[in-house]
Amino acid sequence: MNKKKLLGTPYYIWSAMFIIIPLCMVFYYGFTDKKGAFTLENITAIASAEHAKALWLALSLSLVSTLICLLLAYPLAMILTGLKVNQHSFIVLIFILPMWMNFLLRTLAWQTILEKTGVLNSILSFLHLPALNIINTPYAIIVGMVYNFLPFMVLPIYNSLAKIDRNLVHAARDLGADGLQVFLKVTLPLTLPGIISGITMVFIPALTTFVISKLLGGSKVLLIGNVVEEEFTQAGNWHLGSGLSIVLMLFIIVNMVISTIFDKDGEGSVL
Amino acid sequence: MIKNATKKLYLSLILIFLYAPILVLVLYSFNASRTRAKWGGFTLKWYGSLFKNQEILTALFNTLFIALVSSVTAAVIGTVACIAIMNLKKRPRAIMIGITNIPMLNADIVTGISLMLLFISLGLKFGMRTILLSHITFCIPYVILSVMPRMKQLNPHIYEAALDLGAGPVYGFFKVVFPEILPGVLSGFLMAFTMSLDDFIITHFTKGAGVDTLSTKIYTEVKKGIKPEMYALSTLIFMTVLILLLLVNRAPSDKKS
Amino acid sequence: MRITMNKFTHMIFMLCAVFPVMLTGCQKASGGENGEVIVYNWGEYLDPETLDLFEEETGIHVIYDEFDTNEAMYPKVEAGAASYDVICPSDYMIQKMIDNDLLAEINFENIPNIKNIGQQYLDQSREFDPENKYSVPYCFGTVGILYNKTMVDGPIDSWSVLWDEKYTDNILMQDSVRDAFMTALKLNGYSMNTLNETELETAKKSLIDQKPLVQAYVIDQVRDKMIGGEAAIGVIYSGEAIYTQRENPDLEYVIPKEGTNVWIDAWVIPKNAPNKENAEAFINFMCREDIALKNFEYITYSTPNTAAQELIEDEEIKNSEIAFPDFDKYENLETFRYLGAEGDELYNNLWKEVKSQ
Repeated sequence: MNKKKLLGTPYYIWSAMFIIIPLCMVFYYGFTDKKGAFTLENITAIASAEHAKALWLALSLSLVSTLICLLLAYPLAMILTGLKVNQHSFIVLIFILPMWMNFLLRTLAWQTILEKTGVLNSILSFLHLPALNIINTPYAIIVGMVYNFLPFMVLPIYNSLAKIDRNLVHAARDLGADGLQVFLKVTLPLTLPGIISGITMVFIPALTTFVISKLLGGSKVLLIGNVVEEEFTQAGNWHLGSGLSIVLMLFIIVNMVISTIFDKDGEGSVL
Repeated sequence: MIKNATKKLYLSLILIFLYAPILVLVLYSFNASRTRAKWGGFTLKWYGSLFKNQEILTALFNTLFIALVSSVTAAVIGTVACIAIMNLKKRPRAIMIGITNIPMLNADIVTGISLMLLFISLGLKFGMRTILLSHITFCIPYVILSVMPRMKQLNPHIYEAALDLGAGPVYGFFKVVFPEILPGVLSGFLMAFTMSLDDFIITHFTKGAGVDTLSTKIYTEVKKGIKPEMYALSTLIFMTVLILLLLVNRAPSDKKS
Repeated sequence: MRITMNKFTHMIFMLCAVFPVMLTGCQKASGGENGEVIVYNWGEYLDPETLDLFEEETGIHVIYDEFDTNEAMYPKVEAGAASYDVICPSDYMIQKMIDNDLLAEINFENIPNIKNIGQQYLDQSREFDPENKYSVPYCFGTVGILYNKTMVDGPIDSWSVLWDEKYTDNILMQDSVRDAFMTALKLNGYSMNTLNETELETAKKSLIDQKPLVQAYVIDQVRDKMIGGEAAIGVIYSGEAIYTQRENPDLEYVIPKEGTNVWIDAWVIPKNAPNKENAEAFINFMCREDIALKNFEYITYSTPNTAAQELIEDEEIKNSEIAFPDFDKYENLETFRYLGAEGDELYNNLWKEVKSQ
């Protein structure tokens, strides 16, 4: 078993070098002021009215987006597993492909779609339907988040669904379980790791995004990601920016705790 | 029947949602006007000028090169690391997963600037090398996060059985484990590739003078308006991949299913 | 079994070892017969043809790099991540770089073409470079109001329209601290470089009052949104005026009567420039009238090169008050100054209060 632990060495070295050391720098900046003296001010700054509000908004918007992604992605992944496509990679690529167009170009395209005089409203007015004014509101930000991060939810769930042994489902059926029971007792628990991966991959980037709120929210909704970004770019205050980033890292720990709770066979080794 | 129709409808709606902005980009590429706000008539001139634009073509090459090298490397390191992480005890494992999440959680600009400071203190010359090192760093988490669920679903006994039947660990891994986690590795690789293609901020802070990717070109163009050639290029990339994809899927490969 | 295992780990370590070596191979060496010059400029901020001409005439190879904001450029130069020979930052950033001892004095003997730069622009540059020692102006402009004639009542001439409730949800504001505060400070009759806290509080209150009327805070999107008729009024840089008017003739640009910001982007040479003389040759080349004209025609941002201004063929543009305003005719024109780290923080905190409303 020791040999297998050794396999991690390249990654351990890599992460020590390129994750931990830069992280230490972030901590250094976060816990010092401009003169280099130790301070907690950059951390406690999160409690100030503006920062707390920005964090709260970011949390609620990213939670809503994650939930929407999950609700959209799960049925979708189930449909995809049922499809008779002979190539697994085909499905994966169909969902990844839009993301190969540049992020900025895609988000600008959403602006064109959602704007007051945009594509969507032109179609609506052609159909004599009332115009939809969601550009520059939190709703547009949610649309942008769901759009950008949906593939990150679909793929892990699809992966874990595809992995389920059909015989398990048949067995459950034979034993008299109805569709709902099969889903709740067999399918859902088996796809839990995929769901957790998906939630992590959607929630975390959504929490720190700033481009989406800038372009689709018209910068009228200040998210914590925007604050951090502006401290680094516009204000040039790396100390406060780092301090707020450290606060955001608390959510990694929360995430870690949650995955450990759901990770039932945590002690068992796979290989 | 109705159930099938609903499924199809749902699938189509999601695909429309995903591809609507792409359609808009494709339309831009045929727009004679340089601004996205106005339709100036149909034109193909941007496609012509695209192939005369050496800078964009070099940036395209750089982008693909960086994305390919960093995602392949990340896939190898990440998959191997995944095996090791799965064998850790519960707590160290949670810690490792936490560390893995850091590059994803940190705002790009924080990662970018801290990597820049690191490279300076290491005395590395900024260029392709520093870009690759940083891209691999933020790509690995995506591989680990998509391989991990497959690993967890894996039945350990199959591998042990293979060993009992006389397979070597490497043989056993490639014959038994690898095919099972392959979809995870593949989607991790693709996500890493995608993230690398898209990254701007980290590349900006870790690149040297004169090394450009499509992202860095597009972001610096925003101030003066994005060149329509970029839309043309996006359309071409999209079409190429789509056609390849359809061809591959058409080709008979029944042995898998 | 043990042997195969070792082979596998071996392979991985080999891969890790081979990798960096492989990467070193990717660095390509290059250079012209007379060395090279590394230029760091805004994106799309000069005609690429002028670079070819420069290489042909001087035999100096140009390595060209671009940035998208002053703030993204600054840390790279300060940290010395990559050494550049010529950079083109804006006014307040130049002052910040001078203050932090990042710039080298330019040897003007190598830049005889400085004679082409109009005196009023050099005078204006003194706001951030008091002795004209470190910078050579490349582009300039004002910040003003762009409005859609079909969507407003009568001509506009004051910042106060940005506070007019008639235009609720039809106003595009600049999404940058200094520009946003500039409009509010000018509205209240204060200097845009003020550090007076009561003045800044008043400006902050104005901006908070304005927020419900604003459709969006944007920077580069003003151009496209105004062309598309998304909004009636937008705060924009004068360099975009010519372009936007060409695309949508209903648009009109005006410098508000309360005064505004005159911004100047200028060439500077960083202290650690490896090829300082080539940098000066490059700046001199950029100041040549035919080259300045080529660049003006490509980017449409006003050139301070009066010799080039004379060469413009289109009379309408040549005499345009928007492109080439006479600074003496306007009152209260100012140029941004660097306010120090504390000043920046003060502005930024107030701006955050506005944005989080």
